[in-house]
Amino acid sequence: MTITAELVFIVPEITLLVLACIILIADTLHIEKHATLTYWLAQIALIVIIFLVLIDFPDESKRLFFGNFVSDSMSGVLKVSICAITICVFFYSYDYLKEHELIKGEYFVLGLFAVLGMMVMVSANSLLTVYLGLELMSLSLYSMVAMHRESQTASEAAMKYFVLGALASGILLYGISILYGVSGTLELPALSAYIEAQSGNNILLVFGLVFVIVGIAFKLGLVPFHMWLPDVYEGSPTSVTLFVSTAPKLAAFAMAIRLLVDGMGPMAGDWQGMLIILSVLSMAAGNIIAISQTNIKRMLAYSTIAHMGFFMLGIASATQLGYAGSMFYVMIYALMIMGAFGMVILLGRKGYEADNLDDFKGLSDRSPWFAFIMLILMFSMAGVPPFIGFWAKWFVLKEIIANGYIWLATVAVILSVIGAYYYLRIVKLMYFDKPQQMTAIKASQEMRFILSLNGLSLLFLGFMPGALMTLCIRAIGY
Amino acid sequence: MFENLPLLSLVIWTPILAGLWVLYAGDRQEETVKYFSLAVSILVFVLSILLYVRFDTSSYKFQFVEKALWIDRFDIYYSLGIDGISLPLIMLTSFITMLIVLAAWEIIEKRISQYMAAFLILEGLMNGVFASLDAMLFYFFWEAMLIPMFLIIGIWGGPGRVYATIKFFLYTFLGSVFMLIALLYLYSEAGSFYIPDLHALPLSLTAQKYIFIAFLLAFAVKVPMWPVHTWLPDAHVEAPTGGSVILAAIMLKMGGYGFLRFSLPVVPDASFAFDGLMITLSLIAIVYIGFVALVQQDMKKLIAYSSISHMGFATLGFFVAFSIYHSGNSASGAIMAIEGGMMQMISHGFISAALFLCVGVMYERLHSRQIKDYGGVVNTMPRFAAFMMLFAMANAGLPGTSGFVGEFLVIISSFQASFLIAFLAATILILGAAFTLWMYKRVIFGDIANDKVAELTDITPREGLILGLLAIVILLFGVWPAPIFEVMHPTIEHLFEHMIQTKLG
Repeated sequence: MTITAELVFIVPEITLLVLACIILIADTLHIEKHATLTYWLAQIALIVIIFLVLIDFPDESKRLFFGNFVSDSMSGVLKVSICAITICVFFYSYDYLKEHELIKGEYFVLGLFAVLGMMVMVSANSLLTVYLGLELMSLSLYSMVAMHRESQTASEAAMKYFVLGALASGILLYGISILYGVSGTLELPALSAYIEAQSGNNILLVFGLVFVIVGIAFKLGLVPFHMWLPDVYEGSPTSVTLFVSTAPKLAAFAMAIRLLVDGMGPMAGDWQGMLIILSVLSMAAGNIIAISQTNIKRMLAYSTIAHMGFFMLGIASATQLGYAGSMFYVMIYALMIMGAFGMVILLGRKGYEADNLDDFKGLSDRSPWFAFIMLILMFSMAGVPPFIGFWAKWFVLKEIIANGYIWLATVAVILSVIGAYYYLRIVKLMYFDKPQQMTAIKASQEMRFILSLNGLSLLFLGFMPGALMTLCIRAIGY
Repeated sequence: MFENLPLLSLVIWTPILAGLWVLYAGDRQEETVKYFSLAVSILVFVLSILLYVRFDTSSYKFQFVEKALWIDRFDIYYSLGIDGISLPLIMLTSFITMLIVLAAWEIIEKRISQYMAAFLILEGLMNGVFASLDAMLFYFFWEAMLIPMFLIIGIWGGPGRVYATIKFFLYTFLGSVFMLIALLYLYSEAGSFYIPDLHALPLSLTAQKYIFIAFLLAFAVKVPMWPVHTWLPDAHVEAPTGGSVILAAIMLKMGGYGFLRFSLPVVPDASFAFDGLMITLSLIAIVYIGFVALVQQDMKKLIAYSSISHMGFATLGFFVAFSIYHSGNSASGAIMAIEGGMMQMISHGFISAALFLCVGVMYERLHSRQIKDYGGVVNTMPRFAAFMMLFAMANAGLPGTSGFVGEFLVIISSFQASFLIAFLAATILILGAAFTLWMYKRVIFGDIANDKVAELTDITPREGLILGLLAIVILLFGVWPAPIFEVMHPTIEHLFEHMIQTKLG
């Protein structure tokens, strides 16, 4: 295939780049108070991208551009999900940014560039493409965190995020350079073939692998590389936290699959053990520390750490179905955390962030409907049926049990029960306590509608999880 | 035209959908909501009677079977069906829910619609537990049930409700997740979640033992067996009357049901290997908890402990069957023990519900559950005293009441296993009489203790209706338990044949 013919497969990426640049220019030329035009253009751009991916949905795996880029069904599914999630995130953000007078066109433009980075990541087929996508995404996110210039906590969060993120990128790059030095190739399948051909244990390869895993663990926030995560979640404006905690997790999942499975699949025996240790530590630390938090954003940050630990178990099982389980988990997780931060945004108002646990007190008296939505979100995160969070945990557990790690499953469920406590506490605050404030919830109709839809989708999917499971399994089975 | 109704789906989804509607309707239409909930619960009870009428009592096979693909990739089915074990429990559930809706009529002052909705949804989920033939569907209902119960205790409960309800939730949740692991392991071996497939699956003894322990953790917490019973007194004391009734009458039965549906048939060899442990735990529950009940000052707590003690009979009946059979006697004695345990569960459902409703009647008037705050209630509430007398006697196992049948069967069949077991089990006849009647004496008899008791008014017609219905049922099954035995005999006979066949190799 000639390069020109191959261009067809990256039309969505090219379009997104072009649109993002156009929107950036439009934003500079058309200055208005609420950046309405930029917002709508960004939403339209994302919808266009979804269509472009769907029109030419990649059914078979194709390696393009001298093996730097791969187009397969996993990348297709993830690209659509990332764009769809970002649409919702922008939606929640728009209200929040207007209310808190943080609205700037750059927010949406940076968001689009981050999405572009994620799309490159999920389609990466060489070590350098992975890195390229990762940096594009991370740099956009750093600046988004720093957008609230007057806020000290936001600046601190941005600084922490940037320094630690840069460190992680450096470590990842170091690992990549070792792998390249040993194998002499950047292409992931070629690297995999090289490792396959090795006899015995190549210590240099394992050395490189460790650095790559540390890089991935940093990005996902696995213990002991999680230190940045609670501070960034707490310090950033909630809309940015919302963005950081959703779509990039899907991209990080893709990065893990590309590097570990596509690139170093034959070394599964080596990375399985490392991932299991990271998972167990994350689930333990995340769930236990979350109990003592009083700030909901911080609590959700620790819950994220725990969820990421659980999600890693699927990859650690090193089977196709296990990867599908992880993919299912991370998609569901994004849906749940989006709703949870959406609630935090909903309860806030001008000059007031509802990020304290006490802000949820007596919510069922103030707004029975949204208390109910939050109840769904919390029970879903705790993994209680009939909500979809149960099936996410179920899928991963099933795969690790099928692979004989029954002790690991036991540890995972015990830690989940510990985790259930702090989700229950939110329900307790909402339903069993008296409200501290009776101010009516002030949010636009659209916001209410989307948030309700978000919550109810967890209930609906809980009854009908089959289609999404099949989708994930098909996407992985390349 | 009603021949092909999916009756089981109806008894599950009618109350759930109705509950959602009630939730939506809210307190604005309080009266409508009340009558609607009552109508729905009566309808479900009628449907469950229809199940009984159409039930073929000569067969042990699953009946009213419904099967539809649910999650195709993993062969999970929406698969329903009932046999002689589940039918009585479904009828019990719909009967008790009906009474609870009636009992809540005037007592519940805040959020009445949410209260009704919670109980209706709970009813559907509990019926789902008893009717599921797919292990994942079973687990789905089993866990989902915790949510409405958590809210019922937490919203309408007493002063210590938050502690009690979180303890209840975490305790049962922790137990259940081990069952999930066992079920997932079984799936990895059998490639199916269909419960009869799991019954037929050969397993090594080591695997069986681990699975048994996992099941035990889930079911023992629910029953509850000593020493994992500590959530129950807290939950009972703090729960509103309706919550206590559901907990005692139905939720505890789920543990027993789990033993019959999963532990005994899926891992029969491990069940046999652990039967000594199970009998010991049951006897500790019967004797030790019986003594604990004796010293309670709080009426609800007393009944809660009495529940633990009585449920010990059910588990004793299920597991003593092995030793009866292996000590050389015929299978009929063993089957009788299991049937006795099952009968005990049904009868305890009625009696504990009745006693909790009685305490509810008094609490509503005096706002105290302490025994010392009462005394001489018979002078002001004679009709109530008569009803409570009957229920107290039934709790003590008086012949002629349903409480006698189950206990008697378990005791006489355990004689065939060992004199000591039967002797220890029989102490419940003394202990049960002691703690129930002593409480009755202190609360009801004697001189009027204080001014508040003097101002008590006797039961209203509504309360009379509720207690009367329960009294009829308790007496009916006391003198004529045949309908229940007729329904469950073929199933339990089949279950027993399955239990004594080894699955090893």
